[in-house]
Amino acid sequence: MLKDRIFMGFVYVFFVLFTLACVYPFWYLLINSISANNLSALRQINLFPREIHLQNYIEILRLPGLSQAATISLARTVIGTAFTVLASGFLGFMFTQQKMWGRSFWYRAVVITMYFNAGLLPIFMTMRTLGLTNSFWVYILPAVVQPFNIILVKTYIESLPPSLQEAAEIDGAGIITIFFRVILPISTPILATVAIFAAVGQWSAFQDTLLFITDQGLWSLQFLLFTYLNQAASLAALIQQTGVGGAGAIAAAMQQTPLSVQMTISVIVTLPILMVYPFLQRFFVKGIMIGSVKG
Amino acid sequence: MQKNIIGSTKTSISTKKDKGFRYFLLILPFLLLTFAFAYFPLHGWIYSFWDYRPALGLAGSNFVGLNWFVMLFGNPAQVQELRRVMTNTFAMSFLTLGTSMLPMFVAILLNEIRFTRFKKYVQVLTTLPNFISWILVYSMAFMLFSTTGMVNTLLQDLDLITTPIRFLDTHRFTWLQMLGWGIWKGLGWGCIIYLAAIAGIDQELYEAARVDGANRFHLMRHITFPSLLPTYLVLFLLATAGFLNNGLEQFFVFQNAFNRANIEVLDLYIYNVGIASGNLSLGTAVSMLKSIVSVVLLFTVNFISKKIRGESII
Repeated sequence: MLKDRIFMGFVYVFFVLFTLACVYPFWYLLINSISANNLSALRQINLFPREIHLQNYIEILRLPGLSQAATISLARTVIGTAFTVLASGFLGFMFTQQKMWGRSFWYRAVVITMYFNAGLLPIFMTMRTLGLTNSFWVYILPAVVQPFNIILVKTYIESLPPSLQEAAEIDGAGIITIFFRVILPISTPILATVAIFAAVGQWSAFQDTLLFITDQGLWSLQFLLFTYLNQAASLAALIQQTGVGGAGAIAAAMQQTPLSVQMTISVIVTLPILMVYPFLQRFFVKGIMIGSVKG
Repeated sequence: MQKNIIGSTKTSISTKKDKGFRYFLLILPFLLLTFAFAYFPLHGWIYSFWDYRPALGLAGSNFVGLNWFVMLFGNPAQVQELRRVMTNTFAMSFLTLGTSMLPMFVAILLNEIRFTRFKKYVQVLTTLPNFISWILVYSMAFMLFSTTGMVNTLLQDLDLITTPIRFLDTHRFTWLQMLGWGIWKGLGWGCIIYLAAIAGIDQELYEAARVDGANRFHLMRHITFPSLLPTYLVLFLLATAGFLNNGLEQFFVFQNAFNRANIEVLDLYIYNVGIASGNLSLGTAVSMLKSIVSVVLLFTVNFISKKIRGESII
């Protein structure tokens, strides 16, 4: 069928273009961060890297504060994700327990918090009252209970056969044992999905640093990126003064420019996600398929 | 035997109640966290009745009653400001809602592709932008679209333009640009939920229709599309309830002196008034009104959902 062929031709072209549009900005940052800086500054690197070198990375990794910020980001991602996954799993499961006192009331009380917000000043004052400003825990504690993830897990567990829990109850297992021994192992797809949401959320967050943290030792990588992007020019000058130096063409290709600093830092912040992403990707569809909002 | 059964039902009723309460105690720590970070801060709404100065504390600041609210709706300059911000908020929300069917259509098209490997790569690569922060999106936008960026340099090298086009630092097309970046970031990810729903459609429906002589377009229009509508409806209702919540980060990172008038949605306005210009009380007053309207919207949408779907969304 000709009509069919033409249609599918358009569909393929559309998806090729759409995919390129999604991938190209990543590629552009990467090739520019490893190409000769003078070519990059003239925007001559568009498709492939030229005169590849890693000097940008060597210089950037020497910047003060970077390793500290990376540690903070890594710590909040690992600890925050662990807390969120456990809490979402446990609450999602407990909210399926019809016997619970006031179950639907508590469930709604949690879910409705997605729709209101006390505002920046009240939240700031609360964090200060709780002693969480300039504390690492401001990254973790507010993120433990996440209504959206709880809904996902609850819907997933409701789709499991109730006989699993009943059988374990007959064997005399308590609710905690049932959660850890029966529910957790079969909920891996949805928990993996929640873990990805939580990890990406933690890794990408910067608003909380902006609002609650003034201590530079607690800055996250994203926030550092934000400040670096704002002051890339002065940073480049700083590196030029203290860096390797030297004269001639080699130095021009490796001399730090505001642009090279921005690109390199952007790549460093993106890289961890790109590296973990393909391994986790296969869980998405599986997890969302079962936990998704059903019509 | 008979006695035994009766005895055990009695104890099970009393343990049932105990159990119910014990279950509640188990989730209590988490409820306390929710209380601490979502409900407890609400007491801070009282700041909107004061002219709060951080240096003086609440006790030292002046009590102004409803002055901020009166000013919001009475002071002509303020009313004009609010109208501008609400126009931006409504524009962004309507544009987002108006394009909310896009992921569904793209998922339907992607599902038509039989070349599995191609499909898989498209799916993986188009979800990538969803996983980076708005700061990085802005960083990319800047590299590509600033006046000295890649696009302008390329166009100049090709002699298509003589002066660079101002893509980012302009007041024109701000809404469409923000919509565009939102779609770039979210479209691939938005497809996944529909692809999952497509996978759940009963294959027999397709076979039966094919036997009746339906072609590809008939199947898409009369089977796939209607099967996805319920999922779409739920997501649409949830999005409607979040009508005033455009989010802060995207607009915060893209704002500049040129586009400020058109980019300030409610969330950004609250930040700019409260934190950037230091009028904390006015910022609190606006965010209080916003939260109240949002919760009312949620209950309205929930009511509508109950009426038309027979099921509530929360």
